[in-house]
Amino acid sequence: MITAVIALAALALLAAFGLAIAARVFAVPVDPRAEKIEEALPGANCGACSLPGCSELARRIAEGKADIDACPVGGEPVARAIAAIMDMQFEGGADRKVALVLCNGSDQVAAKRFFYNGVYDCNSAALVFGGDKACTYGCLGLGTCAGVCPFGAIDMLPGGLAKVDPDRCTGCTKCVSACPKGIIRMVPASRHLHVLCSSHDKGAVARKNCKVACIGCMKCVKAAPEGAIRMDNFLAVVDYGFEIPASVAGECPMNTIIVTGEAAAEGQEPAAAAGGDA
Amino acid sequence: MGNGRFFGGVHPIYNKGLADARAIVEMPLPEKFVVFFGQNLGAPSQPVVKKGDVIRKGQVIAEAGGFVSTPVHAPTSGTVDSIDVYPSPVGVDAPAAVIIPDGKDEWFEECDVERSSDGLSIDIIKEIIHDNGIVGMGGATFPTHVKLSPPADKKMDTLVINGAECEPYLTADHRLMVEHAEGILDGAALFAAVIGVKKVIVAIEKNKPDAIEIMRKAAAGREGFSVEALDVIYPQGAEKQLIYALTKRKVPAGGLPMDVGVLVQNVGTALAAYEAVRYNRPLIRRVVTVTGSGIREPKNVLARIGTRFEDLIDFCGGLESDAAKCINGGPMMGVAQYSLDAAVTKGTSGLVILRQEEIAQFVSDACVRCARCLDACPMRLNPSALSIFAEKMRFEDTKKYNVMDCIECGCCAYVCPSRRPMVHHFRRAKAEVRKLQRKAG
Repeated sequence: MITAVIALAALALLAAFGLAIAARVFAVPVDPRAEKIEEALPGANCGACSLPGCSELARRIAEGKADIDACPVGGEPVARAIAAIMDMQFEGGADRKVALVLCNGSDQVAAKRFFYNGVYDCNSAALVFGGDKACTYGCLGLGTCAGVCPFGAIDMLPGGLAKVDPDRCTGCTKCVSACPKGIIRMVPASRHLHVLCSSHDKGAVARKNCKVACIGCMKCVKAAPEGAIRMDNFLAVVDYGFEIPASVAGECPMNTIIVTGEAAAEGQEPAAAAGGDA
Repeated sequence: MGNGRFFGGVHPIYNKGLADARAIVEMPLPEKFVVFFGQNLGAPSQPVVKKGDVIRKGQVIAEAGGFVSTPVHAPTSGTVDSIDVYPSPVGVDAPAAVIIPDGKDEWFEECDVERSSDGLSIDIIKEIIHDNGIVGMGGATFPTHVKLSPPADKKMDTLVINGAECEPYLTADHRLMVEHAEGILDGAALFAAVIGVKKVIVAIEKNKPDAIEIMRKAAAGREGFSVEALDVIYPQGAEKQLIYALTKRKVPAGGLPMDVGVLVQNVGTALAAYEAVRYNRPLIRRVVTVTGSGIREPKNVLARIGTRFEDLIDFCGGLESDAAKCINGGPMMGVAQYSLDAAVTKGTSGLVILRQEEIAQFVSDACVRCARCLDACPMRLNPSALSIFAEKMRFEDTKKYNVMDCIECGCCAYVCPSRRPMVHHFRRAKAEVRKLQRKAG
């Protein structure tokens, strides 16, 4: 028994010695800043920066191959922290962007063309005549975006409609690329007036398909500051570079325009705010 | 020579008796046609007509959009009423021309003129086949002139004329063989001359004894022609399975029949090509089997391309009161329709209408790994693993497991005790793999 103990101890010693040498000889120099940056990053390994994970991004930033604000999830606070580590100035101040689903056509208001009983996934559903909704632009409501969101920021409403919680959204844009209909748009978190529709159908068709569709009447265009809302092929599109008064939402005859957050709480027409997250 | 079998396959209920004894009847002109511009696999055709144009039967309304593409012709004379998006029967909403017939049914000049096919060069024959919009009429709608143009390094030795018609319910090819045997074989002779082969095999499943007999009689005097009776098993008519059953040759993964020296053409395609070359008739009509228990009078209808399903159904006596599902094609590979505004395309081999009691809405479950799908898959894939990968969005893995070789025959879904929507999973996976391939360049 004593021989066994000695033999094992000797073996252990040998291995430890070998490891010690290997650690010196084959040491990979790691930039100490990279480690600090990695600590500053959110650590979700979500891939929103298009790199394999937070440590890879940290390494690139330390090497100067990536920008200090390359993490879309961390946003400004993380960029400032990284700027401090890197001894750089953060001039950012770009507005935080959050995802927004540009459709408000739940099953209660949007017509369906047929009964879909296939794979429970939006991309699969889109392969069958573009989906079961009469409006071919609308949210299919099977929750593919909610499934890919690493931060649980997308809720599926009972009527088969995806809704992003702007507080939980980190702006990683994963949902934007997952949506087969391409109706998720990144919008500045500071803006609260949105046209919740993506339909380029002509007014009559859009109205038949969905009770809250943009029918292209242009009332909002006239009420908003010039250029703030423009028409793109029968659809009102908001230019988020403009501040638009919340009263514009009241002009919309279809309740397509909604006002979210505090602006909605400040006494808007209830009808206009009903579809939002007030 | 093969033994008429391949690996895997299933034995669905065929229900061909509803229509297989009914002779082909030509449908009178309906009040309007909806002609889709994209009627072939490959590049979509480019429209050359606009609203208000007066056109004649056989006139080109859409030009070929590339080499793997064919023109589309007007089904009758009349006016282009509008150009709009309609539900195409293959599962996408697509642009189509609405044509209101003037009732005269006048041919465009040079169409429908008899000529001798002797002495025409191979290139001219291919050009005629292209110009007349001939595509694979078994359902895949692959442009025929492309199949007839194998690269010079491919040594072709056999032409297979596909009359297997393994899809349940459908009897269009069956009736075509019974009623137009000579025309089909003349078309086959044309194909054989173009690709330079001596051996022509007409392949027919044994459940069509009358067609086998008639085709044997018609082929008797022709050198190199033979008629093979094949076992009745689905998907016997799938190109790669058919080639294996007849010749024991395996088409390599990702390859084409030309890689093993074989060309497969559907019987309908052979007849259409013959009519194109002999009479300069563009492909503006085809046989559509309108069948199923949900239709009052099942028929094999010679319908113009662009005939709306609603008109087709009216011609067949209308729907039974409890008709619930309308499928373009057969029940194994067909696509259920949501609107009878869809219209016959060059690939519409049938319209199957089922009653409420015959259709089931399944709730799919998790895979129980019983491996029945592995025994059924005629491509020897692993549908179980593929469907799980697709479900978990592991599309790289579906590619490794050769999802691109899936022929979407539906055998796996047919045998699945968990009622999994296998083919739907694979279509999604294929779309994603194609995206990955495009990204990789």
